[in-house]
Amino acid sequence: MITKLTKMFSNFFKDLFHSKKHVKLGLYGPPNGGKTTLANRICKDWLGEEMGKVSHIEHETREIQVKEQINIKSGKKELSFSLVDTPGIATKIDYEDFVKKGLKAAEAKKRAKEATKGVIDAIRWLDDMDCVIVVLDATKDPYSQVNITIIGNLAARSIPVLIAANKMDLRKADKDKVAAAFPQYPVACISAKKGTNMEEFYESLFKVAA
Amino acid sequence: MTLTLQFVPYSEIEHVSSIGRIKKLLALAKQHKIVLLEGRLRKEEEIELIKTTMEEINKEFRGIELAVIYPGNTVTHDLLQKLKVNMISVLLGDRVGVTIIGPASVVRKVKRDPDKIQLFTHHTLPSAGRRLATLANRLQGKRR
Repeated sequence: MITKLTKMFSNFFKDLFHSKKHVKLGLYGPPNGGKTTLANRICKDWLGEEMGKVSHIEHETREIQVKEQINIKSGKKELSFSLVDTPGIATKIDYEDFVKKGLKAAEAKKRAKEATKGVIDAIRWLDDMDCVIVVLDATKDPYSQVNITIIGNLAARSIPVLIAANKMDLRKADKDKVAAAFPQYPVACISAKKGTNMEEFYESLFKVAA
Repeated sequence: MTLTLQFVPYSEIEHVSSIGRIKKLLALAKQHKIVLLEGRLRKEEEIELIKTTMEEINKEFRGIELAVIYPGNTVTHDLLQKLKVNMISVLLGDRVGVTIIGPASVVRKVKRDPDKIQLFTHHTLPSAGRRLATLANRLQGKRR
């Protein structure tokens, strides 16, 4: 309640003095949805450099990564934000899954241990976000409990949400399924890897975050 | 291999603190039992359950599969249906719906649609799967 009131007053005064908005923008979602690929795309588009390493093996991002002061423009509007790339949220982590993907046992165990810590950190950071992009793999079933839990918690905290239906370049991608699963939220259909539809994505981001 | 389904009535967690609820449900899952909770946890408790699960992962315990099914999850454009769901939620609160928590050592995958849950176990246990589906359907029917 106090947090909500503080946010309300803070927004009121920002609007009153027309100050340029600076938001903490989080990238959340299940593992391998393309959060870091999207973070890299945003950073490349506006800073000319990448943010983190990507991999086909789940839980490549195991630590929170923050890129401060990204300024994006759309027409006369400008948005300044810190981009927070978070580890994928999962309900189970088994090192044997990493072994199956080709990692050695010791490396897989280390990765699993770091991944569990990463999930805990991602959840802890949830309260600090001003706006969140939930990055979903559009080729997968969007109706998973992790997705519902993340989005439900963001709604409970009154944090604005934009859903990025990612991997639209793949044949199996189904944007309608993603939109139908979360009809109360705007959905931007993109391919972060190929940079497809990023203009529309930034416009949606302005609407949600500004 | 025997598969144990543990039914937890809502009355058992109704007056328990959030931490207490999570600990209780996780303790059952760690005993390799599939927990069938009448009703659902609050949203903050759901994410806290995931966090606590991660804190407790070790050699034996690899996490959980979680699924919550309740009428409010169903996407509907029917105003009357929406009103009905809202009325039920106001009257019964978190008692509405069913929550399934399966240890990852037993449950491989949970596939869910708004109205049904399919549990895929690591072993072929058709009779147990049928029992679980029947029980979940019965609970849903009772609440509607």
